[in-house]
Amino acid sequence: MSLDRGTKEKLVRALAGSVIAHADELTTLDQAIGDGDHGLNMKRGFEAVLATLPGLADKPLPEMLKTIGTTLVMKVGGASGPLVGTFFMELGKELGKALSEAPARAEFVAATDKAIAAVKARGRSDAGQKTLLDVLVPVQAVLAEGGDAAAIAAEASRAADRTIPMLAIRGRASFLGERSIGHMDPGSRSTALLINAAVATLVSEANT
Amino acid sequence: MSSSNSGNVGIVIVSHSSKVAEGAADMVRQMVGDAVPLAWTGGDIDGGLGTNVAGILEAIEAAWSPAGVAILVDLGGAETNSEMAVEMLPEDRRTRVVVCNAPVVEGAVIAATESSGGSPLVAVKRSAEEFYA
Repeated sequence: MSLDRGTKEKLVRALAGSVIAHADELTTLDQAIGDGDHGLNMKRGFEAVLATLPGLADKPLPEMLKTIGTTLVMKVGGASGPLVGTFFMELGKELGKALSEAPARAEFVAATDKAIAAVKARGRSDAGQKTLLDVLVPVQAVLAEGGDAAAIAAEASRAADRTIPMLAIRGRASFLGERSIGHMDPGSRSTALLINAAVATLVSEANT
Repeated sequence: MSSSNSGNVGIVIVSHSSKVAEGAADMVRQMVGDAVPLAWTGGDIDGGLGTNVAGILEAIEAAWSPAGVAILVDLGGAETNSEMAVEMLPEDRRTRVVVCNAPVVEGAVIAATESSGGSPLVAVKRSAEEFYA
């Protein structure tokens, strides 16, 4: 995985573009079982990330990820800011320890594992509670098992779909109790969008 | 947002609604006057309903006391953003700020009342949390 400046900028634009393009859908999902601000919040956060380009892409990958995380924490609002922001911040911090601009798969697997542990701690949550962890955890498992890009992207989408019959245990949706069943978790959907955007960019760059 | 010069534990009120936060702060002031450093924050950075880390950090600064700061929050995002803000504080301040597990309005009034008597941070937090326990 070689990440030159151009690839990093494409990656940031793809992540942001995906969330921004689906902001209305995320809001609709959140209106069903939450407070209806997830699309708007994530859009605001990623617009703030875009505003840090082109300088953002000049940074080494770990620094770039940490900056994305901090920007999301400060700008998103709502619980998703600290949760998604923590993932990027911790991923950057862990990849920084690898000391290479192109982390090997094993380093990336270990870093995502630490980043997910940080998200669990931040939200005092775990997989199975109808949160973004229900996408992060199974996707990371596919990554750790050596799954290819297509397998990772497919698992992200499937994992978000699997939140539909789940009962919400954490977050605003948990107030609804059993009425939270039958709706996709908005945080899982946005996380799947981000993963799919990242995978698509890296695959496309690897083929050029 | 307001504050006061006092050695008592500071109180920060964090609500998704700036009106709720300001109203709760008014109730605290009515109870304890200027005896307690007090600040509030509410809403996202665009002025809509929500909470934001930058606003919470500003409020902690405004209500800062050497005795520490107790934060009262309403719903999930307010708590998560407050915990994030605490972690972003300089290390020497981080251990002197706590997020209370208490209702925002009642907790703020009770915590401030406890603080106004000169109680330490741990007692301020406990009184807010025990009221509904």
